[in-house]
Amino acid sequence: MLEGVFRDEWGRVLASLVGFLGDFDRAEEAAQEAFAIAAQRWPASGVPANPGAWLVTTARNRAIDRLRRERTLAEKLHLLPAAEAVMDEFDDDTAVIKDERLELIFTCCHPALPLEGQVALTLRALGGLETAEIARAFLVSEETMKRRLSRAKAKIKATGIPFAVPGAHLLPDRLDAVLAVLYLIFNEGYRGRVDLGAEAIRLGRVLAALMPDQPEAHGLLALMMIHHARRRARFSGEDLVLLDDQDRSLWDPRQIAAGRAVLERALALGGRGAYVVQAVIASLQTHERIDWPQVAELYRRLVGLTGSPVVELNRAVALAQAGDPAAALRVVDGLDLDGYLYFHSTRGELLRRLGRDAEARTAYRRALDLATSTPERRFLSRRLDQL
Amino acid sequence: MQYALLVYDEPGYLDALSDEEREAAYAEYFALADDERYLGGAQLRSAETATSVRVVNGRTLMTDGPFADTKEVLGGFCLIEAADLDEAIELAARIPAARLGGVVEVRPVGLGPAGIKPAVIGTGR
Repeated sequence: MLEGVFRDEWGRVLASLVGFLGDFDRAEEAAQEAFAIAAQRWPASGVPANPGAWLVTTARNRAIDRLRRERTLAEKLHLLPAAEAVMDEFDDDTAVIKDERLELIFTCCHPALPLEGQVALTLRALGGLETAEIARAFLVSEETMKRRLSRAKAKIKATGIPFAVPGAHLLPDRLDAVLAVLYLIFNEGYRGRVDLGAEAIRLGRVLAALMPDQPEAHGLLALMMIHHARRRARFSGEDLVLLDDQDRSLWDPRQIAAGRAVLERALALGGRGAYVVQAVIASLQTHERIDWPQVAELYRRLVGLTGSPVVELNRAVALAQAGDPAAALRVVDGLDLDGYLYFHSTRGELLRRLGRDAEARTAYRRALDLATSTPERRFLSRRLDQL
Repeated sequence: MQYALLVYDEPGYLDALSDEEREAAYAEYFALADDERYLGGAQLRSAETATSVRVVNGRTLMTDGPFADTKEVLGGFCLIEAADLDEAIELAARIPAARLGGVVEVRPVGLGPAGIKPAVIGTGR
Protein backbone atom coordinates (compact mmCIF):
# COMPACT_ATOMS: atom_id res chain seq x y z
CA MET A 1 0.00 0.00 0.00
CA LEU A 2 2.67 2.46 1.11
CA GLU A 3 4.85 1.31 -1.75
CA GLY A 4 2.07 2.14 -4.19
CA VAL A 5 1.77 5.66 -2.80
CA PHE A 6 5.54 6.08 -3.00
CA ARG A 7 5.64 4.90 -6.59
CA ASP A 8 2.87 7.29 -7.59
CA GLU A 9 4.32 10.26 -5.75
CA TRP A 10 8.03 9.90 -6.46
CA GLY A 11 8.09 11.64 -9.85
CA ARG A 12 5.92 14.52 -8.72
CA VAL A 13 7.90 15.06 -5.52
CA LEU A 14 11.26 14.85 -7.25
CA ALA A 15 10.15 17.20 -10.05
CA SER A 16 9.01 19.76 -7.55
CA LEU A 17 12.32 19.51 -5.69
CA VAL A 18 14.46 19.78 -8.83
CA GLY A 19 12.49 22.89 -9.71
CA PHE A 20 12.94 24.28 -6.22
CA LEU A 21 16.58 23.41 -5.64
CA GLY A 22 17.83 23.57 -9.21
CA ASP A 23 19.98 20.54 -8.56
CA PHE A 24 19.28 16.91 -9.32
CA ASP A 25 21.44 15.30 -6.67
CA ARG A 26 20.20 17.50 -3.86
CA ALA A 27 16.63 16.95 -4.97
CA GLU A 28 17.08 13.19 -4.97
CA GLU A 29 18.73 13.23 -1.56
CA ALA A 30 15.94 15.33 -0.07
CA ALA A 31 13.22 13.22 -1.66
CA GLN A 32 14.77 10.04 -0.33
CA GLU A 33 14.94 11.52 3.13
CA ALA A 34 11.27 12.54 3.04
CA PHE A 35 10.19 9.12 1.81
CA ALA A 36 12.19 7.49 4.59
CA ILE A 37 10.47 9.66 7.20
CA ALA A 38 7.10 8.81 5.69
CA ALA A 39 7.91 5.11 5.80
CA GLN A 40 8.58 5.47 9.52
CA ARG A 41 5.62 7.63 10.44
CA TRP A 42 2.77 6.73 8.15
CA PRO A 43 2.21 3.17 9.33
CA ALA A 44 1.37 4.60 12.77
CA SER A 45 -0.09 7.99 11.92
CA GLY A 46 -1.84 7.01 8.70
CA VAL A 47 -1.25 8.38 5.21
CA PRO A 48 -1.94 12.13 5.08
CA ALA A 49 -4.80 13.30 2.88
CA ASN A 50 -2.38 14.93 0.49
CA PRO A 51 0.68 12.68 0.59
CA GLY A 52 2.42 14.45 -2.28
CA ALA A 53 2.26 17.86 -0.61
CA TRP A 54 3.39 16.35 2.69
CA LEU A 55 6.38 14.72 1.01
CA VAL A 56 7.37 17.83 -0.94
CA THR A 57 7.13 20.06 2.13
CA THR A 58 9.07 17.64 4.29
CA ALA A 59 11.72 17.21 1.62
CA ARG A 60 12.02 20.97 1.11
CA ASN A 61 12.46 21.55 4.80
CA ARG A 62 15.11 18.87 5.01
CA ALA A 63 16.92 20.34 2.01
CA ILE A 64 16.83 23.81 3.53
CA ASP A 65 18.11 22.48 6.86
CA ARG A 66 20.92 20.78 5.09
CA LEU A 67 21.81 23.87 3.11
CA ARG A 68 21.74 25.97 6.28
CA ARG A 69 24.05 23.50 7.92
CA GLU A 70 26.40 23.85 5.05
CA ARG A 71 26.28 27.59 5.55
CA THR A 72 26.20 28.24 1.87
CA LEU A 73 22.52 28.95 1.67
CA ALA A 74 22.82 32.24 -0.08
CA GLU A 75 25.04 30.83 -2.77
CA LYS A 76 23.32 27.59 -3.45
CA LEU A 77 19.65 28.30 -3.06
CA HIS A 78 18.71 30.52 -5.92
CA LEU A 79 15.18 31.22 -4.73
CA LEU A 80 15.38 32.27 -1.14
CA PRO A 81 12.02 34.03 -0.94
CA ALA A 82 10.18 30.81 -1.73
CA ALA A 83 12.33 28.90 0.72
CA GLU A 84 11.48 31.23 3.55
CA ALA A 85 7.80 30.77 2.95
CA VAL A 86 8.01 27.08 3.74
CA MET A 87 6.33 26.01 6.95
CA ASP A 88 8.30 24.15 9.53
CA GLU A 89 5.69 21.49 9.99
CA PHE A 90 3.27 20.66 7.27
CA ASP A 91 -0.26 21.17 8.48
CA ASP A 92 -2.30 22.08 5.45
CA ASP A 93 -3.75 19.17 3.50
CA THR A 94 -5.25 21.47 0.91
CA ALA A 95 -1.91 22.88 -0.22
CA VAL A 96 -1.46 22.47 -3.94
CA ILE A 97 2.01 21.55 -5.09
CA LYS A 98 2.68 22.67 -8.62
CA ASP A 99 3.11 19.69 -10.89
CA GLU A 100 6.51 20.05 -12.57
CA ARG A 101 6.82 16.55 -13.93
CA LEU A 102 6.58 17.78 -17.51
CA GLU A 103 9.62 19.99 -16.99
CA LEU A 104 11.40 16.99 -15.51
CA ILE A 105 10.47 14.76 -18.46
CA PHE A 106 11.88 17.24 -20.96
CA THR A 107 15.06 17.61 -18.92
CA CYS A 108 15.59 13.86 -18.67
CA CYS A 109 14.89 13.31 -22.38
CA HIS A 110 17.03 16.18 -23.61
CA PRO A 111 18.69 15.12 -26.88
CA ALA A 112 22.03 16.55 -25.70
CA LEU A 113 22.19 13.57 -23.31
CA PRO A 114 23.22 10.14 -24.61
CA LEU A 115 20.13 8.05 -25.33
CA GLU A 116 20.98 5.40 -22.73
CA GLY A 117 21.36 8.19 -20.19
CA GLN A 118 17.97 9.63 -21.13
CA VAL A 119 16.35 6.25 -20.68
CA ALA A 120 18.00 5.53 -17.34
CA LEU A 121 17.32 8.98 -15.95
CA THR A 122 13.67 8.90 -16.99
CA LEU A 123 13.18 5.58 -15.23
CA ARG A 124 14.99 6.78 -12.13
CA ALA A 125 13.61 10.31 -11.84
CA LEU A 126 10.05 9.86 -13.06
CA GLY A 127 9.46 6.16 -12.67
CA GLY A 128 11.10 6.02 -9.27
CA LEU A 129 12.91 2.79 -10.10
CA GLU A 130 15.97 1.97 -8.03
CA THR A 131 19.33 2.08 -9.77
CA ALA A 132 19.71 -1.67 -9.20
CA GLU A 133 16.36 -2.36 -10.85
CA ILE A 134 17.27 -0.31 -13.91
CA ALA A 135 20.62 -2.08 -14.09
CA ARG A 136 18.86 -5.45 -14.03
CA ALA A 137 16.47 -4.40 -16.76
CA PHE A 138 19.30 -3.41 -19.07
CA LEU A 139 21.60 -6.28 -18.14
CA VAL A 140 24.43 -4.12 -16.87
CA SER A 141 26.08 -3.98 -13.47
CA GLU A 142 24.74 -1.63 -10.84
CA GLU A 143 28.08 0.20 -10.91
CA THR A 144 27.73 0.85 -14.64
CA MET A 145 24.18 2.10 -14.23
CA LYS A 146 25.18 4.34 -11.35
CA ARG A 147 27.90 5.87 -13.52
CA ARG A 148 25.48 6.30 -16.41
CA LEU A 149 23.03 8.16 -14.18
CA SER A 150 25.59 10.39 -12.56
CA ARG A 151 27.16 11.25 -15.89
CA ALA A 152 23.77 12.33 -17.23
CA LYS A 153 23.04 14.40 -14.13
CA ALA A 154 26.47 15.99 -14.28
CA LYS A 155 25.94 16.99 -17.90
CA ILE A 156 22.57 18.56 -17.09
CA LYS A 157 24.20 20.62 -14.40
CA ALA A 158 27.39 21.59 -16.20
CA THR A 159 25.89 22.45 -19.57
CA GLY A 160 22.77 24.24 -18.39
CA ILE A 161 20.18 21.86 -19.81
CA PRO A 162 17.00 23.73 -18.88
CA PHE A 163 14.38 22.49 -16.45
CA ALA A 164 11.53 23.71 -18.64
CA VAL A 165 8.93 22.73 -21.18
CA PRO A 166 10.40 23.80 -24.53
CA GLY A 167 8.87 26.73 -26.36
CA ALA A 168 6.48 26.19 -29.26
CA HIS A 169 9.19 26.27 -31.93
CA LEU A 170 11.19 23.52 -30.22
CA LEU A 171 8.30 21.48 -28.91
CA PRO A 172 7.56 19.16 -31.86
CA ASP A 173 11.16 17.90 -32.06
CA ARG A 174 11.56 17.63 -28.33
CA LEU A 175 8.27 15.85 -27.84
CA ASP A 176 9.41 13.34 -30.47
CA ALA A 177 12.51 12.74 -28.37
CA VAL A 178 10.41 12.12 -25.24
CA LEU A 179 8.09 9.74 -27.07
CA ALA A 180 11.08 7.87 -28.50
CA VAL A 181 12.49 7.35 -25.00
CA LEU A 182 9.19 6.02 -23.66
CA TYR A 183 8.76 3.69 -26.64
CA LEU A 184 12.30 2.44 -26.23
CA ILE A 185 11.59 1.64 -22.57
CA PHE A 186 8.44 -0.16 -23.64
CA ASN A 187 10.21 -2.24 -26.26
CA GLU A 188 12.91 -3.21 -23.77
CA GLY A 189 10.04 -4.57 -21.70
CA TYR A 190 9.18 -6.95 -24.52
CA ARG A 191 12.39 -8.81 -23.84
CA GLY A 192 10.72 -9.90 -20.63
CA ARG A 193 12.88 -8.94 -17.67
CA VAL A 194 11.74 -6.24 -15.26
CA ASP A 195 8.23 -5.23 -16.37
CA LEU A 196 9.36 -2.15 -18.26
CA GLY A 197 6.27 -2.41 -20.43
CA ALA A 198 4.00 -1.52 -17.52
CA GLU A 199 6.46 1.17 -16.45
CA ALA A 200 6.46 2.75 -19.92
CA ILE A 201 2.66 2.77 -19.89
CA ARG A 202 2.63 4.46 -16.50
CA LEU A 203 4.98 7.15 -17.82
CA GLY A 204 2.95 7.41 -21.02
CA ARG A 205 -0.16 8.02 -18.96
CA VAL A 206 1.55 10.80 -17.04
CA LEU A 207 2.72 12.41 -20.28
CA ALA A 208 -0.70 12.18 -21.95
CA ALA A 209 -2.36 13.67 -18.88
CA LEU A 210 0.13 16.53 -18.77
CA MET A 211 -0.11 17.19 -22.52
CA PRO A 212 -3.81 16.53 -23.15
CA ASP A 213 -3.78 18.30 -26.53
CA GLN A 214 -0.90 16.35 -28.08
CA PRO A 215 -2.33 13.55 -30.22
CA GLU A 216 0.96 11.67 -30.53
CA ALA A 217 1.26 11.41 -26.73
CA HIS A 218 -2.14 9.70 -26.70
CA GLY A 219 -1.20 7.70 -29.80
CA LEU A 220 1.89 6.25 -28.16
CA LEU A 221 0.00 5.45 -24.96
CA ALA A 222 -2.73 3.67 -26.94
CA LEU A 223 -0.14 1.74 -28.94
CA MET A 224 1.66 0.55 -25.83
CA MET A 225 -1.55 -0.41 -24.03
CA ILE A 226 -2.88 -2.46 -26.92
CA HIS A 227 0.44 -4.26 -27.40
CA HIS A 228 0.81 -4.83 -23.67
CA ALA A 229 -2.66 -6.35 -23.52
CA ARG A 230 -1.41 -9.18 -25.73
CA ARG A 231 1.84 -9.89 -23.93
CA ARG A 232 0.72 -13.13 -22.24
CA ALA A 233 -0.17 -14.63 -25.59
CA ARG A 234 3.13 -13.75 -27.23
CA PHE A 235 5.01 -16.58 -25.63
CA SER A 236 4.16 -20.19 -25.07
CA GLY A 237 6.77 -21.27 -22.54
CA GLU A 238 9.96 -20.22 -24.27
CA ASP A 239 8.41 -20.10 -27.72
CA LEU A 240 7.43 -17.02 -29.66
CA VAL A 241 3.81 -17.12 -30.86
CA LEU A 242 2.79 -15.11 -33.92
CA LEU A 243 -0.37 -13.03 -34.00
CA ASP A 244 -2.25 -15.58 -36.11
CA ASP A 245 -1.60 -18.36 -33.64
CA GLN A 246 -2.08 -16.44 -30.41
CA ASP A 247 -4.59 -17.71 -27.88
CA ARG A 248 -6.92 -14.74 -27.70
CA SER A 249 -8.32 -15.81 -24.37
CA LEU A 250 -4.95 -14.76 -22.94
CA TRP A 251 -5.41 -11.20 -24.13
CA ASP A 252 -6.49 -8.58 -21.64
CA PRO A 253 -9.77 -7.25 -23.05
CA ARG A 254 -10.04 -4.44 -20.51
CA GLN A 255 -6.64 -3.07 -21.42
CA ILE A 256 -7.48 -3.33 -25.12
CA ALA A 257 -10.70 -1.38 -24.54
CA ALA A 258 -8.84 1.21 -22.48
CA GLY A 259 -6.20 1.50 -25.21
CA ARG A 260 -8.91 2.01 -27.83
CA ALA A 261 -10.47 4.77 -25.75
CA VAL A 262 -7.11 6.54 -25.61
CA LEU A 263 -6.79 6.06 -29.37
CA GLU A 264 -10.21 7.65 -29.89
CA ARG A 265 -8.97 10.69 -28.06
CA ALA A 266 -5.85 10.86 -30.27
CA LEU A 267 -7.96 10.63 -33.42
CA ALA A 268 -10.43 13.21 -32.14
CA LEU A 269 -7.49 15.57 -31.70
CA GLY A 270 -6.73 15.13 -35.39
CA GLY A 271 -3.76 12.85 -34.77
CA ARG A 272 -2.34 11.31 -37.95
CA GLY A 273 1.27 10.90 -36.82
CA ALA A 274 3.39 7.78 -36.72
CA TYR A 275 2.33 6.63 -33.24
CA VAL A 276 -1.36 7.20 -33.92
CA VAL A 277 -1.16 5.21 -37.17
CA GLN A 278 0.66 2.37 -35.41
CA ALA A 279 -1.96 2.37 -32.67
CA VAL A 280 -4.73 2.13 -35.27
CA ILE A 281 -2.93 -0.84 -36.82
CA ALA A 282 -2.50 -2.49 -33.41
CA SER A 283 -6.17 -1.91 -32.70
CA LEU A 284 -7.26 -3.40 -36.04
CA GLN A 285 -5.14 -6.44 -35.30
CA THR A 286 -7.14 -7.19 -32.17
CA HIS A 287 -10.34 -7.58 -34.19
CA GLU A 288 -11.84 -11.05 -34.58
CA ARG A 289 -11.47 -10.74 -38.36
CA ILE A 290 -8.55 -8.54 -39.28
CA ASP A 291 -9.04 -6.18 -42.20
CA TRP A 292 -5.65 -6.84 -43.82
CA PRO A 293 -6.12 -4.60 -46.88
CA GLN A 294 -6.75 -1.70 -44.50
CA VAL A 295 -3.72 -2.67 -42.41
CA ALA A 296 -1.60 -2.68 -45.58
CA GLU A 297 -2.94 0.75 -46.50
CA LEU A 298 -2.06 2.07 -43.03
CA TYR A 299 1.43 0.66 -43.32
CA ARG A 300 1.73 2.48 -46.64
CA ARG A 301 0.88 5.69 -44.84
CA LEU A 302 3.40 4.85 -42.12
CA VAL A 303 6.12 4.29 -44.73
CA GLY A 304 5.31 7.80 -45.98
CA LEU A 305 5.75 9.16 -42.45
CA THR A 306 8.87 7.25 -41.46
CA GLY A 307 10.57 6.20 -44.70
CA SER A 308 11.53 3.03 -42.88
CA PRO A 309 12.26 -0.16 -44.85
CA VAL A 310 11.24 -2.20 -41.80
CA VAL A 311 7.78 -0.63 -42.00
CA GLU A 312 7.73 -1.47 -45.69
CA LEU A 313 8.47 -5.07 -44.72
CA ASN A 314 5.43 -4.99 -42.44
CA ARG A 315 3.36 -3.64 -45.29
CA ALA A 316 4.43 -6.65 -47.34
CA VAL A 317 3.31 -9.00 -44.56
CA ALA A 318 -0.09 -7.28 -44.53
CA LEU A 319 -0.35 -7.64 -48.32
CA ALA A 320 0.34 -11.35 -48.00
CA GLN A 321 -2.24 -11.69 -45.23
CA ALA A 322 -4.68 -9.88 -47.49
CA GLY A 323 -4.22 -12.73 -49.96
CA ASP A 324 -1.48 -11.58 -52.32
CA PRO A 325 1.83 -13.24 -51.37
CA ALA A 326 3.26 -12.63 -54.87
CA ALA A 327 2.80 -8.84 -54.55
CA ALA A 328 4.24 -9.09 -51.05
CA LEU A 329 7.34 -10.89 -52.30
CA ARG A 330 7.89 -8.21 -54.96
CA VAL A 331 7.85 -5.56 -52.22
CA VAL A 332 10.21 -7.58 -50.02
CA ASP A 333 12.68 -8.26 -52.84
CA GLY A 334 12.95 -4.52 -53.42
CA LEU A 335 14.22 -3.94 -49.89
CA ASP A 336 17.81 -3.57 -48.81
CA LEU A 337 17.64 -5.34 -45.45
CA ASP A 338 20.07 -8.20 -45.87
CA GLY A 339 21.34 -8.07 -42.27
CA TYR A 340 17.84 -8.14 -40.79
CA LEU A 341 16.50 -11.44 -39.47
CA TYR A 342 12.84 -10.69 -40.18
CA PHE A 343 13.60 -9.78 -43.77
CA HIS A 344 14.76 -13.34 -44.37
CA SER A 345 12.09 -15.05 -42.26
CA THR A 346 9.40 -13.06 -44.07
CA ARG A 347 10.86 -13.98 -47.44
CA GLY A 348 10.98 -17.60 -46.33
CA GLU A 349 7.33 -17.54 -45.35
CA LEU A 350 6.24 -15.85 -48.59
CA LEU A 351 8.24 -18.29 -50.72
CA ARG A 352 6.69 -21.18 -48.78
CA ARG A 353 3.21 -19.87 -49.49
CA LEU A 354 4.10 -19.58 -53.16
CA GLY A 355 5.22 -23.23 -53.17
CA ARG A 356 8.91 -22.39 -53.72
CA ASP A 357 10.11 -24.62 -50.89
CA ALA A 358 13.80 -24.85 -51.79
CA GLU A 359 14.18 -21.08 -51.88
CA ALA A 360 12.12 -20.83 -48.71
CA ARG A 361 14.54 -23.18 -46.95
CA THR A 362 17.51 -21.05 -48.01
CA ALA A 363 15.81 -17.92 -46.70
CA TYR A 364 14.93 -19.53 -43.35
CA ARG A 365 18.51 -20.78 -42.97
CA ARG A 366 19.79 -17.27 -43.55
CA ALA A 367 17.35 -16.00 -40.89
CA LEU A 368 18.53 -18.70 -38.49
CA ASP A 369 22.14 -17.54 -38.99
CA LEU A 370 21.10 -14.08 -37.84
CA ALA A 371 19.00 -15.16 -34.84
CA THR A 372 20.46 -14.21 -31.47
CA SER A 373 17.84 -15.33 -28.93
CA THR A 374 16.77 -18.85 -28.08
CA PRO A 375 13.03 -18.29 -28.76
CA GLU A 376 13.84 -16.87 -32.18
CA ARG A 377 16.13 -19.76 -33.03
CA ARG A 378 13.59 -22.36 -31.92
CA PHE A 379 10.83 -20.66 -33.86
CA LEU A 380 12.86 -20.60 -37.05
CA SER A 381 14.06 -24.19 -36.63
CA ARG A 382 10.44 -25.32 -36.32
CA ARG A 383 9.53 -23.45 -39.49
CA LEU A 384 12.44 -25.06 -41.31
CA ASP A 385 11.44 -28.52 -40.09
CA GLN A 386 7.90 -28.02 -41.38
CA LEU A 387 9.10 -27.43 -44.92
CA MET B 1 25.95 31.17 -18.80
CA GLN B 2 28.76 31.46 -21.27
CA TYR B 3 29.30 28.92 -24.02
CA ALA B 4 32.02 28.45 -26.57
CA LEU B 5 30.83 27.46 -30.02
CA LEU B 6 33.65 25.62 -31.75
CA VAL B 7 33.14 25.48 -35.48
CA TYR B 8 34.58 22.48 -37.29
CA ASP B 9 34.40 22.58 -41.04
CA GLU B 10 36.04 21.23 -44.12
CA PRO B 11 38.73 23.63 -45.31
CA GLY B 12 37.58 25.57 -48.35
CA TYR B 13 33.93 24.70 -47.93
CA LEU B 14 32.95 28.31 -48.60
CA ASP B 15 34.87 28.32 -51.90
CA ALA B 16 32.77 25.42 -53.09
CA LEU B 17 29.62 27.53 -52.84
CA SER B 18 28.15 29.75 -55.53
CA ASP B 19 28.72 33.48 -55.09
CA GLU B 20 25.16 33.96 -53.88
CA GLU B 21 25.35 31.12 -51.38
CA ARG B 22 28.65 32.43 -50.08
CA GLU B 23 27.25 35.94 -49.69
CA ALA B 24 24.28 34.49 -47.82
CA ALA B 25 26.59 32.53 -45.50
CA TYR B 26 28.65 35.65 -44.74
CA ALA B 27 25.47 37.60 -44.05
CA GLU B 28 24.43 34.93 -41.55
CA TYR B 29 27.80 35.13 -39.82
CA PHE B 30 27.53 38.93 -39.62
CA ALA B 31 23.98 38.73 -38.28
CA LEU B 32 25.18 36.37 -35.56
CA ALA B 33 28.07 38.69 -34.68
CA ASP B 34 25.54 41.51 -34.29
CA ASP B 35 23.43 39.51 -31.85
CA GLU B 36 23.70 40.93 -28.35
CA ARG B 37 24.40 37.47 -26.98
CA TYR B 38 27.56 37.25 -29.10
CA LEU B 39 30.55 38.12 -26.92
CA GLY B 40 33.39 37.52 -29.31
CA GLY B 41 35.01 35.12 -31.68
CA ALA B 42 37.33 34.72 -34.59
CA GLN B 43 37.89 32.87 -37.78
CA LEU B 44 41.10 30.85 -37.80
CA ARG B 45 43.65 30.70 -40.59
CA SER B 46 43.93 27.35 -42.34
CA ALA B 47 45.10 24.27 -40.43
CA GLU B 48 48.35 24.28 -42.41
CA THR B 49 49.36 27.35 -40.41
CA ALA B 50 48.94 25.49 -37.12
CA THR B 51 51.78 24.63 -34.77
CA SER B 52 51.05 22.22 -31.92
CA VAL B 53 53.05 22.83 -28.79
CA ARG B 54 53.67 20.64 -25.77
CA VAL B 55 56.15 20.79 -22.93
CA VAL B 56 57.95 17.57 -22.01
CA ASN B 57 60.48 17.52 -19.17
CA GLY B 58 60.70 21.28 -19.33
CA ARG B 59 61.43 21.31 -23.02
CA THR B 60 59.03 22.98 -25.41
CA LEU B 61 58.32 20.64 -28.26
CA MET B 62 56.40 21.58 -31.34
CA THR B 63 54.98 19.82 -34.34
CA ASP B 64 53.70 21.21 -37.57
CA GLY B 65 49.93 20.98 -38.06
CA PRO B 66 46.79 20.84 -35.93
CA PHE B 67 46.41 18.65 -32.84
CA ALA B 68 44.03 16.20 -34.50
CA ASP B 69 44.52 15.33 -38.14
CA THR B 70 40.93 15.03 -39.32
CA LYS B 71 38.98 16.02 -42.41
CA GLU B 72 37.05 18.65 -40.49
CA VAL B 73 39.25 21.11 -38.65
CA LEU B 74 38.63 23.80 -36.09
CA GLY B 75 37.93 26.75 -38.35
CA GLY B 76 36.73 29.30 -35.84
CA PHE B 77 35.01 29.87 -32.57
CA CYS B 78 32.62 32.22 -30.84
CA LEU B 79 31.87 32.97 -27.26
CA ILE B 80 28.23 33.60 -26.43
CA GLU B 81 26.08 34.37 -23.42
CA ALA B 82 22.94 32.23 -23.30
CA ALA B 83 20.30 31.49 -20.69
CA ASP B 84 20.63 27.74 -21.07
CA LEU B 85 21.79 25.00 -23.39
CA ASP B 86 18.69 25.27 -25.59
CA GLU B 87 19.44 28.90 -26.33
CA ALA B 88 23.09 28.08 -26.99
CA ILE B 89 22.06 25.32 -29.39
CA GLU B 90 19.76 27.72 -31.25
CA LEU B 91 22.66 30.12 -31.77
CA ALA B 92 24.96 27.27 -32.78
CA ALA B 93 22.43 26.14 -35.38
CA ARG B 94 22.56 29.61 -36.94
CA ILE B 95 26.23 29.20 -37.83
CA PRO B 96 26.24 28.45 -41.60
CA ALA B 97 28.93 25.77 -41.29
CA ALA B 98 26.45 23.68 -39.27
CA ARG B 99 24.17 23.28 -42.29
CA LEU B 100 27.00 23.14 -44.84
CA GLY B 101 28.53 19.85 -43.80
CA GLY B 102 30.40 21.08 -40.72
CA VAL B 103 29.76 20.61 -37.01
CA VAL B 104 29.49 23.12 -34.20
CA GLU B 105 30.55 21.86 -30.80
CA VAL B 106 28.82 23.63 -27.91
CA ARG B 107 30.82 23.74 -24.68
CA PRO B 108 29.97 25.59 -21.50
CA VAL B 109 32.76 27.86 -20.38
CA GLY B 110 34.16 27.82 -16.87
CA LEU B 111 33.46 25.53 -13.97
CA GLY B 112 29.72 25.25 -14.07
CA PRO B 113 26.55 27.03 -13.08
CA ALA B 114 27.91 28.14 -9.73
CA GLY B 115 29.56 30.92 -11.70
CA ILE B 116 33.11 30.11 -10.79
CA LYS B 117 35.43 31.90 -13.18
CA PRO B 118 37.72 29.81 -15.33
CA ALA B 119 41.24 29.63 -14.01
CA VAL B 120 43.73 31.85 -15.77
CA ILE B 121 45.96 29.66 -17.83
CA GLY B 122 49.59 30.30 -17.03
CA THR B 123 52.65 28.98 -15.30
CA GLY B 124 51.86 30.61 -11.97
CA ARG B 125 55.32 32.06 -11.72
